[in-house]
Amino acid sequence: MSTGVSGAPLLSIENLQVHFRTPDGVNRAVDGVSFAIQSGETLAIVGESGCGKSVTSMSILRLLPEPPARIAGAIKFEGRNLLDLPNSAMRKIRGNDISVIFQEPMTSLNPVLTVGRQIGETLRLHQGLGRREAEARAVEMLTLVGIPEPRRRVREYPHQLSGGMRQRVMIAIALACSPKLLIADEPTTALDVTIQAQILDLMRDLKARVGAAIMLITHDLGVVAEVADRVVVMYAGRKVEEAPVRDLFRAPRHPYTRGLMGAVPKLGAVEHGADARLAEIPGMVPSLKGRIEGCVFAGRCPDVTDLCRAYAPALEPKAPGHLAACHYAPKDALAA
Amino acid sequence: MTATVAPFSDSARQAGAPPEGAAPKAPPPGLAVAAPLPDVIPARKRRGPIWTYVRRNPTIVVGGVLLLVVFLMAVLAPWLGTVDPTALAPAKRTRVPSAQYWFGTDMLGRDVYSRVVYGARVSLLVGFSVAFLASIAGLAVGLVSGMVRWLDGIVMRVVDGMMSIPPILLAVALMALTRGSVQNVIVAITIAEIPRVARLVRGVVLSLREQPYVEAAVTTGTRMPAIIWRHILPNTLAPMTVQATYICASAMITEAILSFIGAGVPPSTPSWGNIMAEGRALWQVKFYIILFPAIFLSMTVLAVNLVGDGLRDALDPRMAKDV
Amino acid sequence: MLGYIGRRILATIPVMAVVGLFVFSLLYFAPGDPAAIIAGDQATPDDVARIRATLGLDRPFLVRFWEWSWQILHGDLGTSIFTNLPVTTMIGQRVQPTVSLMLVTLVFAIVVAVPLGVVAAWKAGSLIDRLVMGLAVMGFSVPVFVVGYVLAYVFALELGWLPVQGYTPIEQGLWPWFANLILPAVTLGLVYIALIARVTRATMLDVLSQDYVRTARAKGLAQGPVLFVHALKNAAVPIVTVIGIGIALLIGGAVVTETVFAIPGLGRLTVDAILRRDYPVIQGVVLLFSFVYVLVNLAIDLFYTVLDPRIRY
Repeated sequence: MSTGVSGAPLLSIENLQVHFRTPDGVNRAVDGVSFAIQSGETLAIVGESGCGKSVTSMSILRLLPEPPARIAGAIKFEGRNLLDLPNSAMRKIRGNDISVIFQEPMTSLNPVLTVGRQIGETLRLHQGLGRREAEARAVEMLTLVGIPEPRRRVREYPHQLSGGMRQRVMIAIALACSPKLLIADEPTTALDVTIQAQILDLMRDLKARVGAAIMLITHDLGVVAEVADRVVVMYAGRKVEEAPVRDLFRAPRHPYTRGLMGAVPKLGAVEHGADARLAEIPGMVPSLKGRIEGCVFAGRCPDVTDLCRAYAPALEPKAPGHLAACHYAPKDALAA
Repeated sequence: MTATVAPFSDSARQAGAPPEGAAPKAPPPGLAVAAPLPDVIPARKRRGPIWTYVRRNPTIVVGGVLLLVVFLMAVLAPWLGTVDPTALAPAKRTRVPSAQYWFGTDMLGRDVYSRVVYGARVSLLVGFSVAFLASIAGLAVGLVSGMVRWLDGIVMRVVDGMMSIPPILLAVALMALTRGSVQNVIVAITIAEIPRVARLVRGVVLSLREQPYVEAAVTTGTRMPAIIWRHILPNTLAPMTVQATYICASAMITEAILSFIGAGVPPSTPSWGNIMAEGRALWQVKFYIILFPAIFLSMTVLAVNLVGDGLRDALDPRMAKDV
Repeated sequence: MLGYIGRRILATIPVMAVVGLFVFSLLYFAPGDPAAIIAGDQATPDDVARIRATLGLDRPFLVRFWEWSWQILHGDLGTSIFTNLPVTTMIGQRVQPTVSLMLVTLVFAIVVAVPLGVVAAWKAGSLIDRLVMGLAVMGFSVPVFVVGYVLAYVFALELGWLPVQGYTPIEQGLWPWFANLILPAVTLGLVYIALIARVTRATMLDVLSQDYVRTARAKGLAQGPVLFVHALKNAAVPIVTVIGIGIALLIGGAVVTETVFAIPGLGRLTVDAILRRDYPVIQGVVLLFSFVYVLVNLAIDLFYTVLDPRIRY
């Protein structure tokens, strides 16, 4: 896997803000997040649940209902700001240029439509295939994602498949049109450990074949270490750190990232599985209702000072390609 | 790549933050502070508590006010510029609405306005009596069915059978057995509505029986009445209140239908239904005889339904899914 | 599957038995002694008693119920007190208008209500949603005959677009038949629309928050297919259920609508029978309507397997 592909990024998110109107105030679910993904790259977005990583991914495809959501900033895909596109143009991108694998394979497939129909639908929509061709392609896709007896499975309904099989079907749907960007939102969280490994292998394998960039959303550092090129760490709706995967595991700059890694020793020594989950960090994620004064992590940070509580740290380069938002993060001389 | 400590780190640690409560001061020099982010959604103006209540429960407020007006009208009927609603005046038949006869007169010369105002009494009486009686009877049937297993099968077959007769038809058939009177109308509609309440109560009882705390109460030998009083009744109250409101609305409509087809309240007692029944023959030429009671009936039923919707949303948001 | 159908059909027997018992009691407890009526004014108590014995009216309740049921099962609903015609004949003469009215109403209501409910759920909280829901509350609140008279007054009397009252048999032409049914069907359909639209909205709200709807959107499907294929198919079971239950509303409403629009159907027959205390006819109509209602809901129950592949019996 290579990092740092030159040229304009495939996707660049600039100062994204996603706020929700709720009965008791405005929820600033994502507040000023920027990052970019190069073609063919795998970027992991890491953070606890509720940190805004899923909201970020949903806003890329504009799948959030507006209202209550309101989105500001820019989401540029191949140079076009997706937030400015009319709905019809946006629909041509969904499932075709950018597709998603959702967290819950058990509920993400439509229970009353056959598997074949659900895979073929994308092909008929974006590639103008007929019913027959679409079904034939669906069978091919099922073979590709390693489902035995694809000809029989294609006529079955989701409830007749196991969880791992359903996630394979989800991947088949997502990859049917050979997207340029695949957003995988916790693709393995709901699965058994053994199935998790299979699905990750499958994703890596297919990525190599299709050449898609992957935006992997997860809270599992083991998965990150295994598949990601670069990592963005999110906390309370902000990006607090971003680095190439090796640098991040070797020298995490933000205290939150260090906290996350508490239980995970070193890159390479990571054992994939349930044991590799995040360490507990004492304290609670701050409420996202209204503005947060000072550093968002101040409430849980072991090294917090009054300065942190008063002034929110800016994201600054601390090493080549390594950003962190902490007043006290160590800075490499090279970064200057 | 040797890591050096950020230039201001140590000094910043010592510099500290502005004193608590003070307005934010300019940050120490060299400190990289994130630019403040704009508000994407403008903050909403705060309003007074009454206005907030109205905004959040518009149906209850509107329905309640309307219902209060109808209620006052029924109670204060004699003082609202009415005349004897049963007084015949053959010489003044079918007068159009005027200053003297606000809603005109019917084919027997009776004042439609007075009849409509007095008619509110019948609608409210029937609506609330049926709601109350059907709730009590349905509660009893439902409790027995839910608590006594061997009876459940029999009771539910009867309830199923009763529910497969369309309620209006059931009430009509019952009215065929007796002569028309407000009392008989109430009884007939109540009988038609009982199965629905019984079903609801039985459902709640059955789901509660599975709850660990009720099971625990049963196994520790708590007596049945105590279980009903402590666990079952409090949990049935909310859905029953909502259902009673809807029963009240549907009873008002059923009364009007019964009276309208001539199987309900006799003409000697003015009710919105029988005023319209009498206007039926003349509807093509004297539409107002039907129009005024129709407006009052519709508004009153609407008020009750709005209160029901409001109660439903307020008492249990999950119930908002049901109709 | 076949076993389920069998069991389900068997389960309707006790239900119909309860209906039968109720309907029979109606006649049994009806005021007025048929024997006395037949005997006439000049009869002595002995005459009446003799006639009662010949008619079998002096035998126990359950025996008479059994005989009555036996008759019904052989298609004999008795004879009208008023016209002396067999009740089955009278019902047969009145079936067409009522069936026409109900079918037209059913189609009209479903075609209007389901899209309204879907759009209301899709635009939940919006002006359209509030309008639809407001309309639904109105539909529940304004009695059928009020709607009927207002519609007839405006569209038939004032504007003269449609016939005021009456019924034209379908044999006399499709359009005259249909034209006469438009106003009654709209009248009768309003409360039904309210019911279906509300349930559709509630079910769709639930379905639209499901993950698979998000998946469908993420595929790039347009709003239409997402709502009407992916979501509505999942909402079908509750909607079809309420359509079945709502038939009770239609039957009750038909009695009133036929009165307002002077349609010579079963509803009119019921009202006339009530006013004349023609108990055999009342019995027959109640029995028939309940039977149809039970049958329709049975059919709907069995239809679930088609709507949802997860349902297997």
